[in-house]
Amino acid sequence: MLHLIIFSVFGLVCVAGAVNLLVQRHPINSALSLVVVMGSLAVEYLLLGAEFVAAVQVIVYAGAIMVLFVFVIMLLNAGVEEQTKGSRVAMLVGIPGMLVGSLLMAWVLIEHSGTQAVAAGALPGSPKVIGWLLFHDFLLPFEVTSVLVLIAIMGAVVLAARPESAQQKKES
Amino acid sequence: MNVTTFILVSVIKIVIAVIVLLTAVAYTVWLERKVVGHIQNRWGPTRVGPFGLLQPVADGVKFIFKEDLTPPHVYKPLYIAAPMIALVFALTSIAVIPVGNWVTVGGIQTPLQITDVNIGLLVVLGITSLGVYGVALAGWSSNSKYSLLGGLRASAQMVSYEISLGLSLIGVLIMAGSFSLRDIVDAQGGHFWGFIPRWNIFQGQIVAFFIYLMAAYAETNRIPFDLPEAETELVAGYHTEYSAMKFAMFFMAEYANMITVACLATLLFLGGWHGPLFGPPILQAILPLFWFAVKVFAFLFLYIWVRGTLPRFRYDQLMAFGWKFLLPLAIANLVVTAFIVALKS
Repeated sequence: MLHLIIFSVFGLVCVAGAVNLLVQRHPINSALSLVVVMGSLAVEYLLLGAEFVAAVQVIVYAGAIMVLFVFVIMLLNAGVEEQTKGSRVAMLVGIPGMLVGSLLMAWVLIEHSGTQAVAAGALPGSPKVIGWLLFHDFLLPFEVTSVLVLIAIMGAVVLAARPESAQQKKES
Repeated sequence: MNVTTFILVSVIKIVIAVIVLLTAVAYTVWLERKVVGHIQNRWGPTRVGPFGLLQPVADGVKFIFKEDLTPPHVYKPLYIAAPMIALVFALTSIAVIPVGNWVTVGGIQTPLQITDVNIGLLVVLGITSLGVYGVALAGWSSNSKYSLLGGLRASAQMVSYEISLGLSLIGVLIMAGSFSLRDIVDAQGGHFWGFIPRWNIFQGQIVAFFIYLMAAYAETNRIPFDLPEAETELVAGYHTEYSAMKFAMFFMAEYANMITVACLATLLFLGGWHGPLFGPPILQAILPLFWFAVKVFAFLFLYIWVRGTLPRFRYDQLMAFGWKFLLPLAIANLVVTAFIVALKS
């Protein structure tokens, strides 16, 4: 029972953070709302029994990636976002449409997908299980993903390090 | 143990831990001023109380009664939240740090730690990685170029050194086979050939220990890596615009982080509370706590000693050192450790 209450509270916090991300007009506030979303997602994972995934969620997403987001916003000194009023039709149709769409999706997922609801603490989430899955059962996809990330890093390095001749041309 | 006793025991442990931690923070400041004073051929604080021992109290009173200035054009919500974020995350990680074995008080058995979680080390890493926000947001929200530069430097430096820090710990994890800090300490009990303790630092993790040491200095923004608050170039870095208790919160966060890092080093590399036990039962019960405190103290003393001895790095040196030296070294250490452990098993 207590599990369910805490789970619902953090679910609400997560949704509120996501809405706040869209409503806020300053990039830093939006980035911090995203940190809240990540943090409450980590709590949800923890409550479902996936403690390793929860810790990694905090370390990687909230602690590293979002810090870099904030870093970039600070570095560019991004100002307050300019907002147009937007069309009234979009407001009138969009918000109810989104609500209906998400309710429909939730209904389909609950009733017709054939999946079972996960009880609190039921997911096998110990580091050993995750490690076995990553380095044994899904070794090939895992390695392919790491190569993909490596390619992305190399691309970023190539883009960042401009050839010297171009730089000299600029200076002269 | 029923729910009421559980809550009661937890609350008592939390209160004790917080009081001990905050006292330790205050007296680490005193120790630093005293030791650095002696290194520089001065006396350090001497006026308030014997040996200046009441100086932290005087400082605290002064911080509370000082005028709390808020400069104009700061971004107020974050300007006020930043020191709180820094302090909260600095104090939280003590919750999973064990300081001794299980004890039985009045028929209730409890570990000497607020809570024993099986991913304790990851929790500490997660909490400390969130501590960056306090520094970064303080730098950004102060609306001052010195603060901004300090905040930028701090976030870049902490993200960079976190990688080496994390990798240096994985060797220890492979040897212990667990994320639980208690299991890691338990794996270090006993001796080789009857006299060398089986601490991880004597089990081939000495390279990892030095990587951890250097990365920890950078993570806590201490000399020789105190670029974010380099007073000769940035006034005071990210906390330039802060005064009174808000400044004190950053100060407390820094020293609380130092103590956390020292506790972690003790648990992971220096055998935790293991040490020679002797004497009557009451002494045997207290000695593990004493050894733990001695090791943490030694680590803190080393911190201060380094501060009194070394000059500050240049920023490009700092980044090159972190990425081109520490990171490859940490990866090499990890590969060698994994290889040896795999051969042994």
